[in-house]
Amino acid sequence: MRSMAKLTVRRWGSKLVWLLYVAGLAPAIYNFYLGATGSLGADPVKTFELFLGLWAVRFLILTLAVSPLREIVGVNLIRYRRALGLLCFYYALMHFLTYLVLDQHLMLSAVLADVTKRPFIMLGAAAFVLLIPLALTSNAFSIRQLGKGWVRIHRLIYIIALCGAIHFALATKVLSGEQYLYLTIIALLLASRLVRSYLKRARGTASRSAAGPRPNVGAVGRAATS
Amino acid sequence: MSTYRTLKVPASEITPRSIWLRRRALLATGVGATSLLLAPSLAFAMPLKAAKSMYTVPDKLTPKGDVTSYNNFYEFGIEKSDPSEYSGDFKPLPWTIKVDGMVGKPRTFDFGQIMTAFPPEERIYRMRCVEAWSMVIPWDGFPLSALLHKVEPLGSAKFVAFQGVVRPSEMPGQRGLFQSLAWPYVEGLRLDEALHPLTILAVGLYGETLPNQNGAPIRLVVPWKYGFKGIKSIVRITLTDQQPPTTWNVTAPDEYGFYANVNPHVPHPRWSQATERRIGSGGFFSSDRRPTLMFNGYGDEVAHLYAGMDLKRYF
Repeated sequence: MRSMAKLTVRRWGSKLVWLLYVAGLAPAIYNFYLGATGSLGADPVKTFELFLGLWAVRFLILTLAVSPLREIVGVNLIRYRRALGLLCFYYALMHFLTYLVLDQHLMLSAVLADVTKRPFIMLGAAAFVLLIPLALTSNAFSIRQLGKGWVRIHRLIYIIALCGAIHFALATKVLSGEQYLYLTIIALLLASRLVRSYLKRARGTASRSAAGPRPNVGAVGRAATS
Repeated sequence: MSTYRTLKVPASEITPRSIWLRRRALLATGVGATSLLLAPSLAFAMPLKAAKSMYTVPDKLTPKGDVTSYNNFYEFGIEKSDPSEYSGDFKPLPWTIKVDGMVGKPRTFDFGQIMTAFPPEERIYRMRCVEAWSMVIPWDGFPLSALLHKVEPLGSAKFVAFQGVVRPSEMPGQRGLFQSLAWPYVEGLRLDEALHPLTILAVGLYGETLPNQNGAPIRLVVPWKYGFKGIKSIVRITLTDQQPPTTWNVTAPDEYGFYANVNPHVPHPRWSQATERRIGSGGFFSSDRRPTLMFNGYGDEVAHLYAGMDLKRYF
């Protein structure tokens, strides 16, 4: 029975990934349609811009949740992590384009002044720019080519999460309940990495002092958990 | 006491009579249609008689549906749609305003007394929010100076402090765990700003009494300042010789000043104030971003109030 179920998951797994892309992008497409036809309220551009940013944060959280879910809860969603990460990037990209085109009307001088002078915009821009190499290397070819380097590059997600979270917190005049919730979750997800690496180091020292130096467990194990 | 200056209206701002008359005809049908659509959220909006006034701008009016559904009124919640969605329990009547402090004749006005003592006139003003969006709103109200003169401010009075209502049982934003601001909402003006003929207490918009989400039954409108200065649902006005605390200034002093004059040259720390999105222009592709005007375009009338002041410091 178990192997049957596993087989089914494998067979449907790739289809589910595509379904995830479709379902993940649907809110953006629907809201774009609403905004384009004048049914997104009094300030459609701002509403759409905030909406896209919010969904980028949601997919960032889901991406960061994959590893702790597997290690702590035992639920393995690793096959969806690339899609979740890319959805985060797509929403960040649309968020940026909305700001640039619909909100600022391509007034590059205003955008440049924003990016260079205002920490709020600076942090958002940093998070977006750092997402680009991650998106570009989110494919099997890059993983093969880059080897250990791939893992190192993708640790940028922690810096992105930090910049993105602060940008998200600064986006409104006061924090809403939803913002408090998401910021708490991001803080917990980042903290879980610190705890994990601390535990790993502590365990490593313990085993080394008991049995002397041991060969490295291997990059593959680390790659899968970072 | 500030010196009264006759208002200078630039020729470009005077609407020709023919357009003026057509506008009224247009409005009459427009208001009828929208008030029918918006009936539930405007339960307290009653028709109001307001005299026309010379204070008007030539800009296209922001549709009433946008003026009454896109609001910052944190007493009802922090989302723009919260005030129109969650203000149904609020009962604006009966209402009284206490006017006290450094005045010769302190008194408490009943809302009915206010409506008879200070007949409203229509003022079409630009409204510029500190969040870089703007509207054009036909307010119905009367000069704050008229009310202040009734209580006879003392020579020692230098500022006017305003206080908003606190009713957690009727205002969802004033109860629960995450409260956005400290209540009551408070605001303040220098006495000469308060006595300026452009400064009004509004009791209506679009020819009807104020909907709850817009600050029923009475609110402040100071068109050359950012919208947050326009405190809503006022219960108390106090004259004082000290600069009074103001809610947003207390909440984030480096982001919101006491003066809060609209000024394209002084950016908010997190965004530019050089331009603004004009609300009510339809969908994405008709979105309207325009330059922000010094003092929101009311410089001719109010710039003299700030002569010699460093407006970057007193922002």
